[in-house]
Amino acid sequence: MAATTSDAGTRRDFIYVASASIGAVGAAALAWPFIDQMNPTTAALALASTEVDLAAVQPGQQIIVKWRGHPLFVRRRTPAEIAASKAVDVASLPDPLANNNALPDSAPATDANRAVKPEWLILIGVCTHLGCTPTVSTPAIPEGEYGGWLCHCHGSMYDTAGRIRKGPAPRNLEVPPYTFLSDTRVKVG
Amino acid sequence: MSGPSTYNPKSGIERWLDQRLPLPRLMHDTMATFPTPRNLNIWYTFGGILTFCLGVQIITGVVLAMHYVANAGLAFDSVEAIMRDVNYGWLMRYMHANGASMFFLAVYIHMFRGLYYGSYKAPRELIWIIGVLIYLLMMATAFFGYVLPWGQMSFWGATVITNLFSAIPVIGTHIATWLWGDFAVGDATLNRFFSLHYLLPFIIAGVVGLHIWALHVPGNNNPLGIDVKSPQDTVPFHPYYTVKDAFYLVLFVILFAAFVFFSPDFFGNPDNYQPANPLVTPPDIVPEWYLLPFYAMLRSIPNKLLGVIVMGGAIVTLVFIPWLDTSRVRSCRFRPLMKQFFWAFAVCCVLLGYCGSQGVDAARFGIPLVWVARIASLYYFAFFWLIMPIIGLIETPKKLPASIAQSVFGDNAATPAE
Amino acid sequence: MHLKTLSLGLVAGLLVSSTAFAEGLDTKRLHPKDEKFSFEGPFGTYDRGALQRGFQVYKEVCAACHSAQHLSFHNLDEPGGPEFTEAQAKALAAAVKVPAEPNDKGETTDEKGTALMRSATLADHFPPPYPNENAARANNGGALPPDLSMIVKAREGGPQYVYSILTGFHQSPPAGFKLTANKYYNPYFEGWNISMPPPLAANGVTYSDGTKATIEQEAHDVVTFLAWASEPKMEERKRFGFGALVFLIMLAGVLFAAYRKLWKDQH
Repeated sequence: MAATTSDAGTRRDFIYVASASIGAVGAAALAWPFIDQMNPTTAALALASTEVDLAAVQPGQQIIVKWRGHPLFVRRRTPAEIAASKAVDVASLPDPLANNNALPDSAPATDANRAVKPEWLILIGVCTHLGCTPTVSTPAIPEGEYGGWLCHCHGSMYDTAGRIRKGPAPRNLEVPPYTFLSDTRVKVG
Repeated sequence: MSGPSTYNPKSGIERWLDQRLPLPRLMHDTMATFPTPRNLNIWYTFGGILTFCLGVQIITGVVLAMHYVANAGLAFDSVEAIMRDVNYGWLMRYMHANGASMFFLAVYIHMFRGLYYGSYKAPRELIWIIGVLIYLLMMATAFFGYVLPWGQMSFWGATVITNLFSAIPVIGTHIATWLWGDFAVGDATLNRFFSLHYLLPFIIAGVVGLHIWALHVPGNNNPLGIDVKSPQDTVPFHPYYTVKDAFYLVLFVILFAAFVFFSPDFFGNPDNYQPANPLVTPPDIVPEWYLLPFYAMLRSIPNKLLGVIVMGGAIVTLVFIPWLDTSRVRSCRFRPLMKQFFWAFAVCCVLLGYCGSQGVDAARFGIPLVWVARIASLYYFAFFWLIMPIIGLIETPKKLPASIAQSVFGDNAATPAE
Repeated sequence: MHLKTLSLGLVAGLLVSSTAFAEGLDTKRLHPKDEKFSFEGPFGTYDRGALQRGFQVYKEVCAACHSAQHLSFHNLDEPGGPEFTEAQAKALAAAVKVPAEPNDKGETTDEKGTALMRSATLADHFPPPYPNENAARANNGGALPPDLSMIVKAREGGPQYVYSILTGFHQSPPAGFKLTANKYYNPYFEGWNISMPPPLAANGVTYSDGTKATIEQEAHDVVTFLAWASEPKMEERKRFGFGALVFLIMLAGVLFAAYRKLWKDQH
């Protein structure tokens, strides 16, 4: 029997199609572990939530906590700061959206949508321009013109609800997902 | 045999590529229409299996390198983090570690096939020599790789093997220090071993390309050891050998999976689950199983330098095989005398491996194993330097069949049973 | 490991162990006891009850001297392990103190010099009982209690070996055996002199599930726990393997049929 290239008919035979298909299914199933191994490890996921103790934070004071590799601003606002934030006309803001992970994308940037408990403002401390950490404004050392934060890298200014007011940053500071476990303990993430 | 290309580009894209970078033509000529002897048996499937093994090692290795930290203080912990925290990290690690053992299992079968069927004989000498080079690169890669987990065996195996270089007179200790980057195996050594372990497999891949290229010039040998005489002797590589190789590959992978999933530490040593301790030597330092025969040879010679020379000589000997074997007949199927010595050689290798796995002072049936290793080492060298040349000259080979086709299809072709 | 020696011997010849010894008593360790565990074999799984009881034994008895630093508290509620609830795991973690990160003044110790501590969270690894090797040796008569995270895989004989050590105390040494000072007689340990005092006692722990805490029970449970500590992914591995083999056998069958069909007229 002369050796020639196999005729086209055999290629369509069931057994060859079956082999190739089963092989392909196996290869796809095997691909998943190779892709998944690049996802965050269980050790990283264990660090995905942080519980913050709020008892020692005074009104007008901010603490910075590390969360998922980022700085987290936890600020205890004074009544004056809360009032100043509520007085702002949301529609006139450079970014009128809440940028709050717990709310839909279209939610407006009202004070209530930025802080569940008005006294506690919890924000991801990463400037939405190019990622620097903004400096908090205190009565003793004011930073920026709106009593919130000033980012020293390119001059973005945030107000007492962390909303962008002036400067190149396009979005308000992001609000992470958090729940209060008690009056003095909050779980972020 | 490589002949003129029969590739005929049909579609527009095929023609465009063919005029610029003829990869489809290359694939067609080497893997589709390539005329391959029709009588290749299971032992000829290991070349394809080896390519698969190399691919597995590279892919799992690159993945492991995403999580591994090559620092003496962190390496062991990083490997455990891979096993425990990285998604499917345990799978990647076990595939890589057991893959190395499967790689060597396949390479030894592949090499023994070459010895039995005379695949090293003219005009295939260079394929064989390139193969020895690949084998050497594999051993170096495996040695570097085993050091990386920084367990007790990793550290002490590295210490023993790198100390061998200090046996070289005059410059030996300087070479050892240069290899270590320090006064002993340490962090500097680990880092450079990681770099080399990552590099070498890609060099192996390149040399494998040369190996296959060299093969495609004369074409495959076959179990009868006789040349292809007409197109009746061959079949196109695709689909006959693509499908056959795929089937045997799956059988190989089943064995691989059995180890990875149900006995992943079978080939390993418990001591390597202890972090490296430069101050405590384990009671028995043993390399991985695939290096045991050479380890046995090394230990059987009481003199350090001579032991190194004997061990090195055992591997260098392989290069000369095409010229040491004087027989006109390739395949041991037709060499009744050589066949016996071949099997004795196989037993001798396994015996050497066993000796290497036991302690220096071990004895069985009252015989110290070091003497068994000495006799087996003697036979190893005698097989290549004495038996191969002599038997080729004095042996009366069996009558060779007229052609491959006649042997496969012919009426009176009673092919000898192995 | 046993299997490897046997199979090598099978090819090389019968394996009869007969290493010669120069002086007196042969203090080679005894062959480990043949204790059976639920996780052995291709279909074996970890007994959850044994894992939880074993963790209790580790925590109350072993952790005083032995670290297990590759284990994290979040492993305790993950599938394939003791499978405590997240709340239980958090509570177990919170009961343990770990060194605190530097405070706002940058201090890591208080005025008296003691390290500042905080409660552990799920993210933390099990803290070691001693800050470094020297402290461990100083507190244990010069001997270093090994880390237990991998002990079952790091010893020839695996779980049977560890079980035999734990249950191998409280025997009288044979006549002529000289017990070294500050060591204990245990014939399952190489040389028969072990630095560890017998760790387990009948009713040494009170199991919350009411199981009778004999030495054998405690040993069996803690060895099960330590086996899991060495191989937390074992159940996932066997499950995956079972699926992989079924698939591969199917694929082999289909490829075999294709191979035979293709080569029917070519042989």
